[in-house]
Formats: sequence, structure tokens, C-alpha cells
Amino acid sequence: MSLDTSRFIAEHVEALKPSGIRRFFDLASTMENVISLGVGEPDFVTPWNVIEASYHSLEQGYTAYTANAGLMELRELISDYLKTTYAVTYRPADQVIVTVGASQAIDIALRAILNPGDEVIIVEPCFVAYASAVSLAGGVPVSVGTKAENGFKLQPEELENALTSKTKAIILCNPNNPTGTMLNREELLPIAELVEEHDLLVLSDEIYAELSYEADYVSFSSLPNMQDRTILISGFSKSFAMTGWRLGYAAGPAELIQAMTKIHQYTIMCAPTMAQYGAVEALRSGSASVEHMRKSYRQRRNFVTSAFEEMGLMTNRPGGAFYIFPSIKETGMTSEAFAEALLIEEKVAVVPGSVFGESGEGYIRCSYATSMKQLTEAMKRIKRFVEKQNA
Amino acid sequence: MDKKEIEILELLEKNGRMDVHMIARMVELSVEEVEAAISKFEEMQIVHGYSTLIDWTEVRGHEGVTAMIDVKVTPIRGKGFDDVAERIYRFPEVKAVYLMSGAYDLSVSVEGKTMSQVARFVSEKLSTLDTVISTTTHFILKKYKHDGIIFGEDDNNDRRMPVSP
Repeated sequence: MSLDTSRFIAEHVEALKPSGIRRFFDLASTMENVISLGVGEPDFVTPWNVIEASYHSLEQGYTAYTANAGLMELRELISDYLKTTYAVTYRPADQVIVTVGASQAIDIALRAILNPGDEVIIVEPCFVAYASAVSLAGGVPVSVGTKAENGFKLQPEELENALTSKTKAIILCNPNNPTGTMLNREELLPIAELVEEHDLLVLSDEIYAELSYEADYVSFSSLPNMQDRTILISGFSKSFAMTGWRLGYAAGPAELIQAMTKIHQYTIMCAPTMAQYGAVEALRSGSASVEHMRKSYRQRRNFVTSAFEEMGLMTNRPGGAFYIFPSIKETGMTSEAFAEALLIEEKVAVVPGSVFGESGEGYIRCSYATSMKQLTEAMKRIKRFVEKQNA
Repeated sequence: MDKKEIEILELLEKNGRMDVHMIARMVELSVEEVEAAISKFEEMQIVHGYSTLIDWTEVRGHEGVTAMIDVKVTPIRGKGFDDVAERIYRFPEVKAVYLMSGAYDLSVSVEGKTMSQVARFVSEKLSTLDTVISTTTHFILKKYKHDGIIFGEDDNNDRRMPVSP
């Protein structure tokens, strides 16, 4: 008999649930001619000037490590960017760290702040990694579900009900993946009050901030008294279509960023150097390419919103990101059954809302980061599918 | 011109065949409003037509040649370059004429079936005009990108995984 190696796996890792997305990925991968609305990344290729700048850095031989917290030049540009865009001030020297994607920023932020048993509020439906990242850091994830009738916006009383003496932090993703919901200043302020009242910290995942389509984006850190209580997490993946480069950053109080840097230096050393040089160019060249992509996403958002309304699937008009989260409750199916049947019968891949948390049951996440041609065809197929279910 | 009108123009510039129903949804206007806006653009001569970008090199027997010709001319008193330009752009084989800054005056783009056809146009029609001082003809060897479109680029180049968080 061969050795049972699984007994070497740590219990807390064994206990982690595999991501529900994985199963769908496996299923969709085996099929041909699938139109995928299941992709959580831009359909644009990284702007050419960014690619070219990264090439150039390689040609020049910039292939060594950078400082643990990232190139000073890049941290300065991030600091300038946050100041001009969201009116928040961070010192490049000790309040900004460049990470391997925003995901790593979330990981080291949690590891830097959590003692065993500390609770972290997770606002669902949300990005699949938060709860596991909290567990891996020794914390206890506490879910707070949001409701469609509130536009999937976190209600202060729902948050307050979930707070205990052990609550240490809240992870807030604004604009939200998977709902596309964006909280404005008025909606964020009562949350900030609770944060202060209960002496909490906020991990503000602002990776989709550049992709907001209605009001001006308000960073949680810019709210009164919140800069000392916020670890602002963002990156280049969504705004500059740089997902594969794995480059993000965190900005926050110096003590916390330094604690994160300690973990970062022992586990990663630094973010990839050529990606950092690409990011320098991305921030230097400014907003023209971002503006172009944002406009295109907004047009596609308008298109899919009206298409779902027309087929009778209730949906909130997304304020940001590139997701729409329509209800499929009318069909009487579970999210998973709906998504699976849609994939098999019409070859359209969407992600069942339930993988983003219990409150996502009854919804599907459709990414509109795909061409108008594909979107038009996908909407046609989903419409046909829904009509068949209702017949 | 408001923001949404600009958006309509940008969409049409990219795809002249885009359906008004789709444009209406994308810019959140009614179909009637979009149609009215487009009529207005046509009347105001902001929109001059809806042509199709064709890569003729892919059509056997119709490959053709294109030349860019730098033309030096003597401007005519009181009329500047406009009269000369008109005498040139009226020829149907001339696809584009621009007044340029720099070493020469007019940039003329000419299409023909063969090199000798274009050469004949230059020697017989263009250089014989009184106001034309000199011409320099450059034949295009290969078109990589035209009007913002990269030729030969694969439409199905989505390299993303089908499902991701």
C-alpha cells in the first residue's frame, strides 16, 4: 500500500472548503464553444505602453530584487495617485507596500492583525477568498449577508448585530464583486461610525474603485477619522487590465504596514521587479487608458442591465466593477442548478451566486468583461433558456 | 454636443454597422433619440458615411497597390492651396489628400490595380499640373494597421480561463 500522504496536511487546511468556482471551471473547461460570463478579469490586454516599459526594464537588466516594500519610485507614484484621486495622504517610505496582487495584501494584512480566535466580519456575497484568508490567519470569519432589496448594500444594523467583543476587523469590498454594488459616502458614513464606536479596523478592498460608473468614488480611508482605522487595498489588475502581472498594494497606518512588511519580507521578499516597472509606467501615463476601458464597461453594463430586465430577471443596476448579479428565483432553481443547466444546454458559463456566500443563493454572477458580440449572443441564449424554464 | 452624442459617435466610428437598438441600450437613450442624433450628425456633415475596412490583399486578383505621394506645389495668390488640392482630389483614383506642414505641401494617397497604373497617373496627371513643382512617390509594401485596426489580428484571442473568481 502506498503512503497516505494526506495525513501530513494540517487540520485547518484540510478543513478549508474548496472554492465552488473550481467545480465550474472544471466543467466549463471540458466543453467547446462556451461563451463565458464567468471570468473575473478584464477582457482588455494590458495597455501597450505598460508592456513596453516592462520589456525595457528587462532589456536594461533590472532583474534583481527590489526593496521589500517595493520600488520607492512606485510607492511615490501610488502615494501621489491616492492623494490626487481619493484625497488620502500616505507616506511612500513607511505607509505603502507593494504586494503580489491585492490578494497577498489581504493575506498579510490579516496575518499582521489577527490573534487566534479574533473575529473578522465578511460582508456577503463577496469575493471567495476572504473567509479562507481569515481562517488561514487564525481568525474566525463572521458572515453578514446583504439583501437584494437593499441593493446588496450593507445596512448598519446588520453589521451591528454581528459585532461581538472578539470582532477585530471588517473586510469591505467596494465596488463589490460579485454584485457590482457601490456604496456612496452617505452609505459609508454610518459604517464608519460603528467602526469607531466599536474600535475596529477596516480592510478596504478597493480593487474595483477605478471602475465606478455613477457617483465619484469615495475611499473608506477618506472618511472622518478613518485613515487610522483603514488598510486600503488595491492594485493594478482591474483598472489597468494587469491581472496576470500579480501586482497590488496596501496603504495604511505606518505600524500596520510595517508589520505587514515583516511578513512580506520573510515570505515573498518583494513583488516581481518587471511587474513593478510596468506599474510605474501605468501610473505615470495616467488615466487615458483607464478612462477608455471604464467607458466601454459602462456601455456594456447598460446593455446587460436592460437585457436582463427585458427577460424578466430582476437585477440591481451595478454601480461599479464589471459584474451583474441578477435573480433567478423566478425559475425555482437553485443558483447551482441554473448555472449548470445553462452551461450544458446553452453553453453559457456564469457563476452561481451561492459560491459567494449563502446570501448569494438565488442569483448568478455574470461578468460583462467580454466583447459586445459575445455579450449579445450570451443574452440571447440566456433569454431562450429562461423562457424554456418558465414555459 | 452632449456626452451621450459623443459616445454615439465613438461607437459608430468603431463600428458603422452597429445596430441602433444596441447603441440605445449602451448609452441609455431611446431608439428614437439615437436615430435623431444620427440624422443630425449626417445633416451637420459630422458623419460623412459608413464605409467598410477591407483588406484587399486577402482577395485574390484584387490586391492592388497604394502609393503615398509627396507633392510640392506653388500656392496660387488669393486661393492658397485649395484650388490645387481640388484639382488633385477630384481624380477618382485619389483616395486622400492632406495639406502638410514640413518639406512638402500635399500628401496624396493613390490607389491603382498595378504599379504602372499609379506611375502613369503620377507622370500624366499629377506632375503635369502647372502648379506642381515636384512629386515623390512611395509605394506601400504592407499594411500592418489602418484606421486603428490591426490587420490579421486573431478575433478569438481571449487567453483567459473560462471561470475565475
